[in-house]
Amino acid sequence: MIRLEAREAPNTTMRVVTPVLAIALTILTGLLIFALLGKDPVRGFEVFFVNPLKTKYGISEWLLKATPLALCAAGLAVGFRASVWNIGAEGQFILGAIGATFVALYAGAVPILTLVLMVLAGVAAGAAWAAIPAFLKTRFNASEILVSLMLVYVAELLVSWLVFGPLRDPMGFNFPQTVMFEPEALLPILLPGTRLNLVLGFVLMVLIATYILVFKTHLGFKMRVAGESPNAARYAGVPARTMVWLGLLIGGACAGLAGMAEVSGPMGQLTNKVGSGYGFAAIIVAFVGRLHPIGIGLAALLMALFFIGGEQAQQYLGLPGSISKVFQGLLLFYLLATDVLINYRIRFTRASALTSGAR
Amino acid sequence: MELLSAILFATVVAGTPLLLVALGELICEKSGMLNLGAEGMMSVGAVAAFVMAFTFESTLLGVAGGIVAGALLSLVFAFITVHLMANQVASGLAVAIFGVGLAAFLGKPFEAKVLPSVKPVEIPFLSELPIIGQALFAQQWMVYATWVIFAGVVWFLAKTRGGLVLKAVGESPEAANAVGIDVIRVRYLAVLFGGAMAGLGGAFLSLFYTPMWAEGMVAGKGWIALALVVFATWRPGRVLFGAYLFGGVMIAQLFVQSSPMQIKIPAQFLSALPYIATIVVLVLISSNVKMIRLNSPASLGKPFRKERA
Repeated sequence: MIRLEAREAPNTTMRVVTPVLAIALTILTGLLIFALLGKDPVRGFEVFFVNPLKTKYGISEWLLKATPLALCAAGLAVGFRASVWNIGAEGQFILGAIGATFVALYAGAVPILTLVLMVLAGVAAGAAWAAIPAFLKTRFNASEILVSLMLVYVAELLVSWLVFGPLRDPMGFNFPQTVMFEPEALLPILLPGTRLNLVLGFVLMVLIATYILVFKTHLGFKMRVAGESPNAARYAGVPARTMVWLGLLIGGACAGLAGMAEVSGPMGQLTNKVGSGYGFAAIIVAFVGRLHPIGIGLAALLMALFFIGGEQAQQYLGLPGSISKVFQGLLLFYLLATDVLINYRIRFTRASALTSGAR
Repeated sequence: MELLSAILFATVVAGTPLLLVALGELICEKSGMLNLGAEGMMSVGAVAAFVMAFTFESTLLGVAGGIVAGALLSLVFAFITVHLMANQVASGLAVAIFGVGLAAFLGKPFEAKVLPSVKPVEIPFLSELPIIGQALFAQQWMVYATWVIFAGVVWFLAKTRGGLVLKAVGESPEAANAVGIDVIRVRYLAVLFGGAMAGLGGAFLSLFYTPMWAEGMVAGKGWIALALVVFATWRPGRVLFGAYLFGGVMIAQLFVQSSPMQIKIPAQFLSALPYIATIVVLVLISSNVKMIRLNSPASLGKPFRKERA
């Protein structure tokens, strides 16, 4: 018999252990899936976790892939702490990309200034998209979960309209994409010979800023109280509306910044494929990272491997790239399941004659 | 007249998957369980149904496959939320993300394959009624089955002891437990029914609506169904109305897009209508806080732990 026994207090060690446990379980399950599909599990492990990290270029691509995930997750985590469920980061990411693209295409190419304006436009557009669920939640009590999610579909259609219509490159053979940006509208490369750019600096800044906000300010303290105990928060005079606005705006701003960095970095233009699931994966990154900036950084690196591994699995294993989404989902399932260990301990009891007879 | 008849017919078809999923979610939420994973359960349901129907050349086996797949995925949700006391919102998101991913993965080899379409069953005389005849009496059998399920849900909630037990658990699991109701069993069954119905809704998409599978074909219908339950303030009659209302919005934009009037609205704007409509109705309903509070199950989303002596 397995029995759960409540702990007197949540186990803090387990808060760190269960994400690692969940990752291990996900990898084990992954190997099993490879075996079931008739692929060599060792080869599968190599493709996902070893090959991408073998070269300097590989590592730079890995870091680059982790940046949008870390940016989106860091912003979402601020909201999640206050129990503000923004699940529309994908849409806010797309809007950030659109905002930055307008600056890149129409504001002229001036060194540095163009980039600064693109950052501002991306952040503002992402935050504005998130302001819609914030307004509808605070003014009309509409679920921010459903509204932010619906707006993802609207954002996808909006970007599709732009790149098929008004913003389409006239010389682009009718491909749904804008012209390539001028060099002044591209983030400077940090490591010559790679695509790793200044976005890495953005990530560090955002992680540090959200850390300070959540753990070192009075406002952050209020947000944590609001998330952990809504009743206590009400007595302590924490205004729920402010929390909703802050949670969503910060999440939207960070996702918008990530969208800006995507078009201004690896893509160099806006296409209808700009949103590649980073916003949804970032939800998992935020949870696996325990809503803590350091954890989010590490979780983003792991999730980036899933993304790259998914691309490689297509090429080297002949598996659909969506296998990475399966792994992402599994990881979240395992995390939620193993989290029971934080508040409960497992007791193995022998089903004695007494208890089995007691039914 | 011809056009109106065609629009009504298509509206009923488009509303059917929403109705199936929302009815399942309604029962699930009545027990106090908030499963946000409808999109994921629909997706695996759609794939499983297509794969079964394609492999065994049987629509019935396809339907069964969809139901089982949706139910199995919901079982994972039930286990981690009921037994492991995981947060219901996060767990529902996990179901949505995992289900959509798994469906894309498993369905890949079956993309671009097609099934023969299921023939409508025309009811003699009635199907020849003007305007509504085609919409109500010349549909595929699954549409009729959906109405039977709807009637069953209404009857179950209003007239049976089981419905009473379900609502009692949703209002106060502690009180229900105190009078000897097995709360955990009720919640499991409610979640399973929700999963099975979402799977069936997915099966309707891939077997009846457009007999094929393509990644992303569920396209938010699972989420819209969740919004429908709120819109309906947890009442089955309003779920029926809402499902066809949304079916109508989806169809209206298709008709405008293909209309010979050459209305100069970009296709993407029209395609965005169902999502924007969802937001609008959510706003209209939710702003009436009192009505939401009165009608939503009091324990919705809250965990229940039976303390053992």
